[in-house]
Amino acid sequence: MSLNLLLQAAPSGIESTLGTANPVSIAIFFLFVVVTLYITYWAAKKTKTGSEFYAAGRNISGFQNGLALAGDYMSAASFLGIAGMVATKGYDGLIYSIGFLVGWPLIMFLIAEPLRNLGKYTFADVVAYRLRQRPIRIASSVGSLLTISFYLIAQMVGAGTLIKTLFGLDYEIAVVVVGIVMTCYVLFGGMIATTWVQIIKAVLLLSGATILVLLAMAKFNFSPGDLFDSVRTQYGADMLAPGGYITNPLDAISLGLALMLGTAGLPHILMRFYTVPDDKAARKSVFVATGFIGYFYILTFFIGFSAMALVGKLPIEGLDKGGNMAALLLAEHVGGSAFLGFIASVAFATILAVVAGLTLSGASSISHDLYVHVVKKGVSDEKGEIKVAKRATIFLGLLAIGLGLIFKGQNVAFMVGLAFSIAASANFPALLMSIIWKGFTTAGAVWSIVFGAALSLILIVLSPTVWVDVFGNAEAIFPLKNPALVSMTSAFIVGIIVSLMKPDQEAADKFESEKLRTYLGVGSEK
Amino acid sequence: MSKTKTHEVLQSPAFQKLVKNRWSISLTFTFLMLFVYIGFLMVVAYQKETLKMPIGDSLNLAIIVGLGIIIFSWLITGVYVYWANNYYDAAVKEIKKDL
Repeated sequence: MSLNLLLQAAPSGIESTLGTANPVSIAIFFLFVVVTLYITYWAAKKTKTGSEFYAAGRNISGFQNGLALAGDYMSAASFLGIAGMVATKGYDGLIYSIGFLVGWPLIMFLIAEPLRNLGKYTFADVVAYRLRQRPIRIASSVGSLLTISFYLIAQMVGAGTLIKTLFGLDYEIAVVVVGIVMTCYVLFGGMIATTWVQIIKAVLLLSGATILVLLAMAKFNFSPGDLFDSVRTQYGADMLAPGGYITNPLDAISLGLALMLGTAGLPHILMRFYTVPDDKAARKSVFVATGFIGYFYILTFFIGFSAMALVGKLPIEGLDKGGNMAALLLAEHVGGSAFLGFIASVAFATILAVVAGLTLSGASSISHDLYVHVVKKGVSDEKGEIKVAKRATIFLGLLAIGLGLIFKGQNVAFMVGLAFSIAASANFPALLMSIIWKGFTTAGAVWSIVFGAALSLILIVLSPTVWVDVFGNAEAIFPLKNPALVSMTSAFIVGIIVSLMKPDQEAADKFESEKLRTYLGVGSEK
Repeated sequence: MSKTKTHEVLQSPAFQKLVKNRWSISLTFTFLMLFVYIGFLMVVAYQKETLKMPIGDSLNLAIIVGLGIIIFSWLITGVYVYWANNYYDAAVKEIKKDL
């Protein structure tokens, strides 16, 4: 399931121009960078205040934000990885992709509107609203920065390997280019530039994948039935039904919870809700995002099966064990090397956009949560805050490049799962309890966040994903591949017990007046 | 806004009903979504054979259910938006008149 597997790409029996410099793909990618840097230049002139830098002046419409959310969420790993999983394992790939979608309705029902009404720039604003600022801000930024770092490593290593395979460019050069370009977006254009990069990327990815499916389906007379028949005749009916993906139901539930509730705890996703004018627009953006992301996973399902039927399972696995090249091989098969170039550059653009979103949310956590509320105790001028945010952006840009280089060739497949697990265990429980539970206290929140993060980290090291797959031990100490079932449940329990042990009357009193803002939007940031 | 006024609104039956309705809808939908998704995982774990049942000439139950969950996720968020836009927002507007 990792782009990292590309490193082990073996020579395959099929003709492909993959890995050679493709003029179309270089031209399109160059065009993308020029256009997005021009947008950054335009956005820079409009980015002066804190609200503009962090939240695009809260001027993004619900529909635009929905597209941008989809852009933030649809990574190259899900495009190439899920299509590849379907192409090599069949129906099991769909089960995996559904896990990434079902978190979105929960964001809608539980989080979106209160988050928009209560917060300003980061999700910690909501948790800290009626609790003591300093401890909450420190704990939340630990949760945020851990989630962002692991996600960032997976993306950067994926970027380097992908670009090496696609364009024949050196891994190191690719990592540095991605790092510099995305730092430019965030540093100069803040949230306005980042939002438009996400929107352009989402439109490119969705239209590219749609054209790919149409070209492929043309070979099957545009009949899904013909496609499935072809898969059935070549590989047997079992390919179209669940296979070995779920063997242990507890494993499935644990991963399912991580994907589902982790989505509701990803800092770069949560931050996007502050870019819209009000809770009504926040609501609309989740609906739009859910629609596009769902549509995208339906496309990857068809891309995977088309690749299996047209390119063939063996050649795909021959090029890369995880099947990550399936979508690209299919693109070349149905549209020639020019279309392959187009899809490859879309995949590159996808990575750039995702890392930009991650970096911006990391920088916000450092400047808004740590600098303003911890170092400056809540009193800071806007100029100073933006200056720190920009320094944090440069720092995170360098960190991303550094981590990308350090983790070259390492197995980082588990890091996306780990990022989701920490998001589900450290960020989500504290956020939800602060919104709905009157009795939630500062100590409860801090312990819940720290416990959730620490348990996720410890258990994943002891799990089969790291203990066996990375360290090469024969048997794992902790049985589940993803710890969320244990770590998230524990984070909730710890938060509840600690809060009950020492009630905080002041926080409980503030909860009542907070309701006016949560449910009516009275006093929320405009 | 004076303190007493805030208190009055918070204690008003209209506001309390608003909050209660909001969470009964939200939590019902949340459990519905969890039930559908975890139920699906359980069927995949324990009833693999059932999912292989052919439907029509080329489809099977697994494909219909899998794609169905994607469509369901989208529809259920749509229903929530419809409810919130038409009922929740109207109630909020009504309560805000008194502020």
